[in-house]
Amino acid sequence: MKIHIAHGRIIDPASQRDAIGNLYIAAGKIVALDHPPAGFAPNRVIDARGKIVIPGLVDLAARLREPGYEYLATLESEMYAATVGGVTTLSCPPDTDPPLDEPGLVEMLKHRAHGREQTHVYPLGALTEQLQGKRLTEMGELHDAGCIAFSQANEPLIDTQVLMRALAYAATFNFPVWLQPQEAHLARGGVAHDGEVSTRLGLPSIPTCAETLALTTILQLVRETGARVHICRLSSAPGVALIRAAKSEGLPITADISINHLHLSEHDIGFFNAHCRLVPPLRSLRDRDALQQGLADGTIDALVSDHSPVDADAKQLPFEAAEVGASGLELLLPLTLRWAHHHNIPLSRALARVTCDPARILGISAGQITPGAPADLCLFDPDQEWVVTPATLKSQGKNTPFLGHPMQGKVSHTLVDGYIIHEDARA
Amino acid sequence: MHHPQLTPEGHLKHLLTIEGLPSHILFQILDHAVEFEAVAHQEIKKTHHLKGKSVFNLFFEPSTRTRTTFEIAAKRLSADVINLNVGASSQSKGETLLDTVDNLAAMQADMFVVRHAESGAAHLIASHVGPDIHVINAGDGRHAHPTQALLDMYTIRHFKQRFENLKVAIVGDVLHSRVARSQIHALTTLKVPEVRVIGPKTLMPSQVERLGVRVYHDMIQGLKGVDVVIMLRLQNERMNGALLPSRDEYFKYYGLTPMKLTHAKPDAIVMHPGPMNRGVEIHSDVADGMQSVILKQVTFGIAVRMAVMSLLVNPNPGMRPV
Repeated sequence: MKIHIAHGRIIDPASQRDAIGNLYIAAGKIVALDHPPAGFAPNRVIDARGKIVIPGLVDLAARLREPGYEYLATLESEMYAATVGGVTTLSCPPDTDPPLDEPGLVEMLKHRAHGREQTHVYPLGALTEQLQGKRLTEMGELHDAGCIAFSQANEPLIDTQVLMRALAYAATFNFPVWLQPQEAHLARGGVAHDGEVSTRLGLPSIPTCAETLALTTILQLVRETGARVHICRLSSAPGVALIRAAKSEGLPITADISINHLHLSEHDIGFFNAHCRLVPPLRSLRDRDALQQGLADGTIDALVSDHSPVDADAKQLPFEAAEVGASGLELLLPLTLRWAHHHNIPLSRALARVTCDPARILGISAGQITPGAPADLCLFDPDQEWVVTPATLKSQGKNTPFLGHPMQGKVSHTLVDGYIIHEDARA
Repeated sequence: MHHPQLTPEGHLKHLLTIEGLPSHILFQILDHAVEFEAVAHQEIKKTHHLKGKSVFNLFFEPSTRTRTTFEIAAKRLSADVINLNVGASSQSKGETLLDTVDNLAAMQADMFVVRHAESGAAHLIASHVGPDIHVINAGDGRHAHPTQALLDMYTIRHFKQRFENLKVAIVGDVLHSRVARSQIHALTTLKVPEVRVIGPKTLMPSQVERLGVRVYHDMIQGLKGVDVVIMLRLQNERMNGALLPSRDEYFKYYGLTPMKLTHAKPDAIVMHPGPMNRGVEIHSDVADGMQSVILKQVTFGIAVRMAVMSLLVNPNPGMRPV
């Protein structure tokens, strides 16, 4: 299949290209930009006038809920949500049921996810058996089965001796370890940021030092072991400062934040909006501003959807009892655009945080538009407005704090390996 | 943001929290309660305000006093009262909170009086029920206990007449107290110029001063010159652990003794939402002393709850005695 994407505004954050042009695809790869290869005869021409053509999004955190939680969502429904959202590569945390702690489970997931042309799935392996924080998993076997890194998801690793050994073992083979920094004791029982809103609403709270204490521990263990660590879901201003200092020190550290924490704060909880029940908690406006600044200046490398579909009933509960998580795959692009728009950030720089930068963390060559690269692409209409409603979301998870919000920017085409896997005639 | 307990016309539809209620509604309730206070002294202690209405006392958390006073209040208004101790039945069978509510609503409930161990439960129920059902929050987690705060305001007004010249101190476990949060909102809404909270740092919620209070850790300093002392109950499970070393040490620093009370104004009143822990947060000589108005609070509680219930059903009231 040969495709000519004609007259679109092609933005490639990796090369900082931002210009209207043509793109030529053959045999699943980008073969040329601007000028067609000799004798190129496309089977299909996509008129991209008025549209923006970018590398397919790379999302470092999307829960597909398989195996184990198929009642919340299925691989099919969530992979479809990914394609509608323009996400062509995603990694999924190991907190499935059972957790991804043995090669057979990973192989089964990869097999299910690779059954047809669709978004590439890179599973994270469990760092410890059953994510219990006691015994290491067979990281080598899991790596061979397809795990690109190892993680505890949101499960705490309380025993610092185990954590240090896990990092040292992973470092032996240069496996990256992804950790969400939240000190389990300080976070115990908490459901909201320790601040004005938790005080007003009487919600058990999690202090900022739960994050900074865990981060300080992780950074010290990185110094000791040399492990490559990716920090998942940073939430606080002091956390950003610690990452900034660690990077200037030269530690092998990267970090991400979620779309929810980029745009929202504790105040969005309003009158107990359970859609804002998230881990880590939404923090103060000052924290949110620091996250925005950190993402803009590159202290924070990637923006992720932290997609977590939750059953409607599990959110129709008092805030404390509500299940954690928000749906996000279909909001990653428009919320990146919103951030760029509100803060006057060049689109190319903003889009880097959801394309080439996360691809670099995964250690893969995705997330760029260059001859020879796989034709994983996203075309969107930057002007099309739509409203987030249960009906407009394709994910089985209709749970998001952005329900009712107007969004600007809608994906019209998603291509994976040169196949058009999503096409929205109206966009 | 639309306030979930007010109608578009600004009338009270539910009573979920004091926060955000305009002072004229608080005064309307307090004024109305004065009239109901008189009902208690009639030979037949009944009115017709809720005749034909069904009030469901929906208690997901055990309570004797609050449930009883709501029951008495509803019965004096001629409502049919159904008491449900839900903690012991549906919830343990796995029925969700809203399923329970739906089932009761299907029995033509007009009003739910809800107590729940989790903050926000009453808001959740109020956002879920049909337009003809009123919800009264009888205590949700650490969040709010608005009728308690209203009866406390009634008590303060009864003894001090005005709010604009008062200093009020709230002493004890503010962190876990829904009563304290509702009292703070009520006092600041009624323009009490100085509201103080007194307690150890382990029992103070973060940024509590943003609610408009001054924080004291030294009880004697905090009691200096106050007109009203409100003691909070200290739950048993907080007494020995990481929040406090022991009940004796708590009493030493934060228990209200006759000596400590001398630092307040000579005519200061002492209040407690009950049930009291004598010898933990309050000395018996104070609890039973001249300045204590604790039992009056209980009496006033019935009139205040009658006022709230009748205003929810009829926001433009006139008295209709038997």
